[in-house]
Amino acid sequence: MGDPAIRALVQQAVDAAKSGGASYADARISQNRVRTLSTRERRVQGVVDSETMGCGVRVLVDGTWGFAATRELTGDAVARCARQAVAQAKANRRTQVVPVRLAPVTPVANGAWRSPARIDPFDVAIEDQVALLLAANAAALGVKGVPFVTSAMFFLREEKTFASSDGSLTVQTIYRSQPSMTCTAVDVAAGDFQSRQSTDVQPMGKGYEHVLDAKLVEHAPRWADEALQKLKAKPVEPGRYDLVLHPTHLWLTIHESIAHPTELDRALGYEANYAGTSFVSPPEKVLGTLRYGPATMNVRADRDQPGSLGAVGWDDEGVAPEPYDIIKDGVVVDYQTTREQAPALDWWYRTRGQDVRSHGNSYAQSWADVQFQRMPNVSLLPGAKDLGWDDLIAATDRGIAIVGDGSFSIDQQRYNAQFGGQLYHEIKGGKIVGLLKDVAYQMRTPEFWGAMDMLGGAKSYQLGGAFSDGKGQPAQSNAVSHGCPPTRHRQIAVINTGRKA
Amino acid sequence: MTTRADAHAPRGLLAGGVLARGDAESLVKRILGFSHADACRVSLGSRSRGNTRFAVNQVSTAGDTEDLSVVVRAVVGKKVGTATTNRLDDDALRRVVETAERIAKLQPDDPELMPELAPQSYLDVEAWDDATAAADPAARAALVAAVTERARRQGLVSTGYVEVESQATAIGNSAGLFAYHRATDVAMTTTVRTSDGAGSGWAGGAARRIAGLDADALGERAIDKARRSARAVAIEPGRYTVVLEPTAVGNLVQLMAFATGARNADEGRSFFSKPGGGTKIGMKVVDERVTLTSDPQHAEAPGSPFDGDGQPTRKVTWIGEGVVRDLAYDRYWASRKNVAPVVQPRCLQMQGGTQSLDEMIASTERGILVTRFWYIRPVDQRTILYTGLTRDGTFLIEKGKVTRAVKNLRFNESPVFLLNNLEALGRAARVSASESGSTGVPVVVPAVKARDFNFTSLSDAV
Repeated sequence: MGDPAIRALVQQAVDAAKSGGASYADARISQNRVRTLSTRERRVQGVVDSETMGCGVRVLVDGTWGFAATRELTGDAVARCARQAVAQAKANRRTQVVPVRLAPVTPVANGAWRSPARIDPFDVAIEDQVALLLAANAAALGVKGVPFVTSAMFFLREEKTFASSDGSLTVQTIYRSQPSMTCTAVDVAAGDFQSRQSTDVQPMGKGYEHVLDAKLVEHAPRWADEALQKLKAKPVEPGRYDLVLHPTHLWLTIHESIAHPTELDRALGYEANYAGTSFVSPPEKVLGTLRYGPATMNVRADRDQPGSLGAVGWDDEGVAPEPYDIIKDGVVVDYQTTREQAPALDWWYRTRGQDVRSHGNSYAQSWADVQFQRMPNVSLLPGAKDLGWDDLIAATDRGIAIVGDGSFSIDQQRYNAQFGGQLYHEIKGGKIVGLLKDVAYQMRTPEFWGAMDMLGGAKSYQLGGAFSDGKGQPAQSNAVSHGCPPTRHRQIAVINTGRKA
Repeated sequence: MTTRADAHAPRGLLAGGVLARGDAESLVKRILGFSHADACRVSLGSRSRGNTRFAVNQVSTAGDTEDLSVVVRAVVGKKVGTATTNRLDDDALRRVVETAERIAKLQPDDPELMPELAPQSYLDVEAWDDATAAADPAARAALVAAVTERARRQGLVSTGYVEVESQATAIGNSAGLFAYHRATDVAMTTTVRTSDGAGSGWAGGAARRIAGLDADALGERAIDKARRSARAVAIEPGRYTVVLEPTAVGNLVQLMAFATGARNADEGRSFFSKPGGGTKIGMKVVDERVTLTSDPQHAEAPGSPFDGDGQPTRKVTWIGEGVVRDLAYDRYWASRKNVAPVVQPRCLQMQGGTQSLDEMIASTERGILVTRFWYIRPVDQRTILYTGLTRDGTFLIEKGKVTRAVKNLRFNESPVFLLNNLEALGRAARVSASESGSTGVPVVVPAVKARDFNFTSLSDAV
């Protein structure tokens, strides 16, 4: 399992940290391979194969963290790096108020895990990948009035080897894939242009099969035509509307307004300088009591949905994640945690008869970055009734149905948010009557979820997600999926974002 | 994979662990020596970054990282391929060159291929500071302690971030070009909150020398704002006169500079597109007091003397006295349009005025004072319209005085409209303009007073 030389190196790094005075240490060596292909119209803009490899060592000395990372992978270099981390922890200790303590973990001495990728993207001929993108572009350019199209593929394969002084040693192979397109229609005379992004296709923790399943060439003419239709769409009249939100849009609203505010580090103030704090705080006043939405609202965290971006065997401190409820019957019942954070909720777990354990939500974007709390997949569970997208529209008298994720912004405590989309369908009398443009909705999180009165059933549930969930300083990108059915929200404020320059 | 030592790893690393010029040049030559392509370009990025985070008045995490990336761009006929690695042994370097060449051979011809540049002459840019490159975790912890100890003594809660970065970039190609630049950068930001969470104040700064950071002053400013921002009141969203501190101006004005691509403008899909065709070069788009430049030799906010292909950077005036003077042309688009290439902004300066912040406040009948903006995201590229929120110090100005804290507000606004509605300009200063508190593109901007700033909703967030 894994490369014996790498396994030996992570162990050497941990040993060097321990003999240097660390009470706890872990080491991660990752080898990331990335391929990006990008095109515009009939031209390849770039094909880049990248590899990066190195070792990050994290240590705890007298309850203070230290972390150092090096690209040099020799026994001497990783041991030096471990000693550097110990020295840094000692320098950091001068500010210590409360020492770090870690929740217990069950060590895994020989763990192995692999993303469920059927086709390794790096085994697929580059000329085939290029040809597919250019064929999709050609299909889009066949739509008159759409002069610009870009398309891209992104693939990651990460081989991650982890060892800790608790006795864990795991090797994981993680894949991520995303094909994408943007079609742009231009009205030069009117000084207007509109784009349609291929948000029907979301990034996944899969292999090249995800690209084949995306059927870019087949969908491209529709995306191009939708860009053209957006040019002719009617500007929205500001006001309150019932919103019917498609899973390809709603995943991002869930990400921002549910997943981020239930990160325990935010609730405890650790991210106040950048990502922010949380309105779901303090824990002792909200756990078991804060109502987030109707009793039909259930939100679950996991790192095991097949093909999801958050799926792993173990997190970046060797914890095997298990699914858990964040919102149960509309009420907040838990936070996302790491080993350092779980003890802060020991009072809550004791009242519920649960062990004080990390939920396995520790992650670092690369060997060069220190791991910290990052969200797992956080998903809105489908409703009991077998309803779908069309049923929600048919039940709506006056509203807007939004497809695809677009512009997004939310405050640092996750109250006030604004979201755009890709397509805004006007609903009248239970039917789609045309396309609107310049639409954004503004919301206050508790009211938005409180106004959810319909949600689709299990058949309408699907995964969306992002590679670029940013948090931390220096900012790190996390990749995460969010599953959901379509939902309906009553009387949400919609603004018109169009202005004349 | 290999675990052997890098047989030819550079020996003469500078303080802070980045490549010295001579080592960069010999490494580039060694890699070019493996090339069998018609043309080849090698780019090196050597970086050492130390960071320290603090939260709840103590260091939370920190990191010291060194890395060196090699990017090889191979051209075979009219085909291009690129590969990167951070392994420096001969096997890995041979492999990265072969990968780039193999990728190139699998491509269709690139109709926009430009030949590699011959040797160029570059501006002298002084952006390196030995003391900054040598700053260790203890030096960062000392900066942190200046804030945390102050906050703790006063019963407040401080959180923040210090980043110290040294980097060297080098480019060499098969046409004989070689370029090398090294720079140090530091940034420090802090958010201080009252213990009941009712008030939050931010202060931040950036510089190219660690001695240019005043942690004591940052701490004092954030503490003062935290205290004064408690018990904020709600006001009606709408159009307000605003006094934006330099950081808030930097947050918005840099977005205009990043939208200056000439090709998008010519293609009719940019704010800088002229209705009916062409670009807005020569057209007045903002108040005539506005001048926006990228001067690589600026003392406080220098930029790289070259672009990614070795193209020299020069001082560019994007907006001069309110008129669009130039847009960014890559070499291909420049050749199509028969103009000289203009490199995209790698640093940004907005010319200031003479007013102090106090003077701008004193002349305001009713307005809002903004410390910084947050979660700024594009809404409409046609007008460079963005949305986002105020944060960590938002105050009401009444009859020439700051009277009370107000709740945070969401805006839907464009730097274009802001700079059209200009009332007054303060003195320009270097700011930490990136939301994440990282060093980023150096930005020097003044405080600004402007009318009719568009706030569209209220936030309960503190």
